[in-house]
Amino acid sequence: MSPRGTIHPDAAGAALVAASTPTQRPRDARLLAMDGTGSMSIVPRREWTSLVRSGDVVVANDAATLPASLVSHHLRTGARVEVRLAARRTLEPTDLVFDAVLFGEGDHRTRTEERAGPPSMRAGDLLALEGSPLVFTVIETLEHPRFVRISFEGAHGVFWSELARLGRPVQYAHVPEALALWDVWTVIAGPAVAFEPPSAGFVLDWAGLAAIRARGASFATLTHAAGLSSTGDPALDARLPLDEAYRIPLRTTRLVLDARARGGRVIAIGTTVVRALEHAASSLRDASTRRGALADVADQRIGRDSALRVVEVIVSGTHEPGTSHRELLRAFAPDALLAEVDARLAEERFRTHEFGDSVWIESGARLGSGSARDLGDASVTPRTA
Amino acid sequence: MTSTNVEEMDNEATELRALAGLRVVVTGGTSGLGLALVRALRASGAEVAFVARTRERVIAVAEETGAIGIVADVADKDDIHRIALQVGASVGASGAIDLLVNNASSLGPVPLRPLGDTDCEDLEAALAANLLGPFRLTKALLGPLAAAARESAPSVVLNVSSDAATSAYAEWGAYGASKAALAHLSAIWSLELAGERVRVLSLDPGDMDTPLHELALPGSDRASLKRPVDAARALLRAVIAARGEVRS
Ligand SMILES: NC(=O)c1ccc[n+]([C@@H]2O[C@H](COP(=O)([O-])OP(=O)(O)OC[C@H]3O[C@@H](n4cnc5c(N)ncnc54)[C@H](OP(=O)(O)O)[C@@H]3O)[C@@H](O)[C@H]2O)c1
Repeated sequence: MSPRGTIHPDAAGAALVAASTPTQRPRDARLLAMDGTGSMSIVPRREWTSLVRSGDVVVANDAATLPASLVSHHLRTGARVEVRLAARRTLEPTDLVFDAVLFGEGDHRTRTEERAGPPSMRAGDLLALEGSPLVFTVIETLEHPRFVRISFEGAHGVFWSELARLGRPVQYAHVPEALALWDVWTVIAGPAVAFEPPSAGFVLDWAGLAAIRARGASFATLTHAAGLSSTGDPALDARLPLDEAYRIPLRTTRLVLDARARGGRVIAIGTTVVRALEHAASSLRDASTRRGALADVADQRIGRDSALRVVEVIVSGTHEPGTSHRELLRAFAPDALLAEVDARLAEERFRTHEFGDSVWIESGARLGSGSARDLGDASVTPRTA
Repeated sequence: MTSTNVEEMDNEATELRALAGLRVVVTGGTSGLGLALVRALRASGAEVAFVARTRERVIAVAEETGAIGIVADVADKDDIHRIALQVGASVGASGAIDLLVNNASSLGPVPLRPLGDTDCEDLEAALAANLLGPFRLTKALLGPLAAAARESAPSVVLNVSSDAATSAYAEWGAYGASKAALAHLSAIWSLELAGERVRVLSLDPGDMDTPLHELALPGSDRASLKRPVDAARALLRAVIAARGEVRS
């Protein structure tokens, strides 16, 4: 997702159109599919499962999105501050230390690039949620006036009930209407850990999951704490994506290895799934022999120079060049082909942002061969951790 | 405590041991059947989150049972995702839920009255609590329910029904119509979710000695009514059976 209010015109003046209505599966949504040879086709997105083949495994992020935007007061100055929870080191509901991006007066209807900053923050400052006993303590500033680490010291039950009562989903100027949680939760949402919706998962519905099974493919989930995708500040945006905790259930690990071993494709629904699976690539085989889930923190960037070791196909939203999501696509296809995709999307006036149209990109030959050795046979790929 | 009671409890504990470790959500967990379910589930070692509207009662039951208490109104659309969020930060944090019991229910206007004397708003309110609430909450938790079924045994949605869902009783219009609709919704959902291995049950607990019963039929002979604890045990046996039934 690229939530800026801007659209990206190409040389001919054609452009992506911002999708401004919070409908997860518009009837007329489209999907541009590009196979490994660069051949493109456009299909109605509701038929996306027709691209899935027997033996494939489709992996989606089941994170539920937190209402991570909190209207607060900075108690030392009395200033009103919008706190956007942005990241956390773990997926544990009892871990209430967050990295947060702060904005001054205003709300999501003002483009983030134009939002006022917060008053200057110091360690020990308190941020009190409006209309609530919930107070965060600023632990430290994170080398940027808008970026702080905060913690809540009280009972975690109080934190979650107050967040449920008063938090709002983070949103951006291209969707003016106030979002509700059900607008941003995918149909498979469960663990409350994402700071922004894993919006590629908006393609999913229950009929689609049945269709995947009917095609002889499997469906599996992982949980990845998708962080903020944009702050409106160039220096902060350059630090995205932030580190994101993830957990891969044993069943998913085994299905992924199984698909790879039998020549099936691992189809990732969204960039967060790619980031988690590729981060875990060297640990998958080991984890598959142990009980329990594989849990870690994804701290890598994926881009042009990244070799994909697990994922062969990505289903994603349409993204403007330069955004971290668009950067990740460069691992799937050479720039020349992606440029053709961009041109086609603009020409066909695809809609962009989280409620927009989608792409399906196959990495084809770019995927490393010798999958079994690639996926963490310790004698070939030394573990670093 | 007599030895018979101890034995009875032992049997019960053995019988419900299959519930140990299950991740469960119960609505209406502070009174009557729902409270008995929360207690029995906790005693069997299940992880439980429960919902009810009255904060003091929620806090008291949470303290008594060690279950996670959530203050919310299932009839309120805005509360459904607030419930799901708190579930996703407690018993559902792993991404899986094994059992959802839609138990909270509204009688409609009391004293009970003929449909002709029932305000449209009262019928709407009964539908909101007894039909839309269970529908919305099931939908909001369907991801974790399906995830639990993929990872181990089938998961279960138990919708608490009533004989008023199948028999027409004069003056039970709002309640009866909403419970009939819920039963039919359960039947259809049960078909549709078979592929996900999510079982949807609609079960009548029978006449129980609870505040709801007293509200509907004041002055009934309480000795003739089931104890909620017995009804709860019977329902949980049905849940265990449903989980065992459709292993693939
Ligand atoms: N008792 C019987 O004879 C009988 C017979 C057949 C079927 N049933 C069914 O059995 C179930 C349980 O009934 P019961 O007799 O145990 O009732 P009860 O004693 O009145 O308890 C109802 C519980 O639900 C909660 N509740 C009610 N409305 C709610 C709402 N909108 N949102 C959240 N929580 C709500 C109540 O707490 P708050 O008020 O604080 O929210 C309470 O915890 C119901 O589905 C009922 O239809 C009962």
